Amino acid sequence: MTGCSKPLLHIENLCTRFDTLDGVVTAVDGIDLEVYPGETLGLVGESGCGKSVTALSILRLLRCPPAAIEGRILFDGRDLLQMDAEAVRSVRGSEISMIFQEPMTSLNPVITIGEQVAEGVRLHKRLTRTESWQRAAEMLQKVQIPSPENRMSQYPHKFSGGMRQRAMIAIALACGPKLILADEPTTALDVTIQAQIMSLMLRLKDELQTAIVLITHDLGIVAEAASRVIVMYAGKIMEEAPVRELFKDPRHPYTRGLLGSVPVIGRSKRPSRRLQEIPGMVPSPLRMPSGCRFNPRCSQAMPVCCTEPPPMIRLGEHRRVSCWLEAESSGTKGSRGQGFK
Amino acid sequence: MTEETDKNVCLPVELSAESRFRRFWAKLRRNKAAVAGAILLLIYILCALLAPVIFRGNPAAPNLIMALEPPSLKDLLGTDELGRSILGRVLYGARISMLIAIGVVAVGLFIGVPLGLVSGYFGGKADFLIQRVTDTMLAFPGFLLALALVSVLGVGINNTVISIGISMIPLYIRLVRGCVLTVREEVYVEAARAAGTRDAVILFRHILPNVMVPITVQTSLSMGTAILFAAGLGFLGIGVQPPTPEWGAMLGSARGYLFNAPHVATFPGIAIFLAVLSFNLLGDGLRDALDPRFKI
Repeated sequence: MTGCSKPLLHIENLCTRFDTLDGVVTAVDGIDLEVYPGETLGLVGESGCGKSVTALSILRLLRCPPAAIEGRILFDGRDLLQMDAEAVRSVRGSEISMIFQEPMTSLNPVITIGEQVAEGVRLHKRLTRTESWQRAAEMLQKVQIPSPENRMSQYPHKFSGGMRQRAMIAIALACGPKLILADEPTTALDVTIQAQIMSLMLRLKDELQTAIVLITHDLGIVAEAASRVIVMYAGKIMEEAPVRELFKDPRHPYTRGLLGSVPVIGRSKRPSRRLQEIPGMVPSPLRMPSGCRFNPRCSQAMPVCCTEPPPMIRLGEHRRVSCWLEAESSGTKGSRGQGFK
Repeated sequence: MTEETDKNVCLPVELSAESRFRRFWAKLRRNKAAVAGAILLLIYILCALLAPVIFRGNPAAPNLIMALEPPSLKDLLGTDELGRSILGRVLYGARISMLIAIGVVAVGLFIGVPLGLVSGYFGGKADFLIQRVTDTMLAFPGFLLALALVSVLGVGINNTVISIGISMIPLYIRLVRGCVLTVREEVYVEAARAAGTRDAVILFRHILPNVMVPITVQTSLSMGTAILFAAGLGFLGIGVQPPTPEWGAMLGSARGYLFNAPHVATFPGIAIFLAVLSFNLLGDGLRDALDPRFKI
């Protein structure tokens, strides 16, 4: 969709390792990805596949040590990993902001909502107290919190989960960031509220021309909101595709497994069609299988899958898959380095 | 009643700071020991404030003709070995001990709390350094540390406050650090960092208010300890110096007359006991009332 424009965020070979007492855990292992201005990129995978760590690595919010982050994270042409701490701090909130999963705990219980929204604006836009308060009121209006002027002087415990997530969105958008990292923004909410929050986020995204990295395990939300999807498994990218293609023609067995494990109400009249599960469990980060990380759970695993990590095969613009099946069929067997460039 | 119900219907998610305070107050009031402590403390504060009103005269001026008089209508609590009214000295002593208690916790709070915040939040080398110093200080019993410091700094009310204050600092550091270690992992702290908030702002605006409850309780309890320590130093003759009416020093000078004039030691002793008791009872009550897990 926006293939010709320059990427806003360009991640090259990002590795995030944690030195734990049990050994080195590689939570994110050499991922490459691009986010274009104004688009919504879905980052999908099971718990513990490195989605959240990727987001926290981008903002350098992981404590270093124990985390060691390598690679390049180019945001607007600047490498976030090379910047000094103060420069990164000024990027956080003003150019890249983050929405967390838990609206119940992501607001400080002892500070009023208005103060929490106004704080970021005051910090990054250097506004006075009154100006930032007005700006906060506008933002709360934008996220459809009724009578924002009254609500601003209230504490978070008076807000419901959905309202709190609206307030979080207001905080995230208050400084007009170019990129929002939304880490499971609707997971903790009721289904009806989920839909409201998602449509609110998408509307505001279009209005403010912000790009979103939508981290989730909910394929329904991805189908609805994202334009492009990256599927992660055990710290690696398995497949990338525009959203329609991913759902129509998933190439990686893991993606097919994920799609098969989603119940679709009323799709099948046959009672025999059971929900497909992916057998086995996510491997422990301390004992990653050799070769392809998905091979112990893959129904189509071949001998080569257990010995050699699969190459990243490019199938088109924004379409790539890391699987030996694809390598076999496209005849690039064993020739690695054909990766995504 | 109906008005109340209507109000609740209109505002279903009503649990404001005000009603939290009311809950706290209700819990505190139901705790009889805490109420007793609060009343004792109130009497103690009133005595300290109104000492010149209740007792007219100079509590430090000797009147040797009246020495060691037992309690009577003229001198309700009797007189000491120099003929000074014990009532007056106990009342004025309340002022001294109150000043010492406030001074001591001020030293502990202003030095211990920031150090604990830094130690818990940043971790690393700063934490290591602060914690090893704290370990060293905690290796001494608190009173011994205060005693050693006073012997270095010299006697007098200021040095008493400083040395007892310093001996309280490690307690605050440990307490605050422990709480910060929990709070800093909260999502709202991470969210504040993700919003680009400066560390100093996160520490004092986002974390400090969330650790105020244990600090409040510790402050109440340390005030009791401070009075006890000051009295101990006074008793040993290295705290507040005579003729300043200080309870510990009064006890110290009264110990020679325990058998022929027991009242001289008894009343300052009771004063120390009640003052420390009031702070401890109130401190315990505050802890129970402020702890949301503790339901009465």
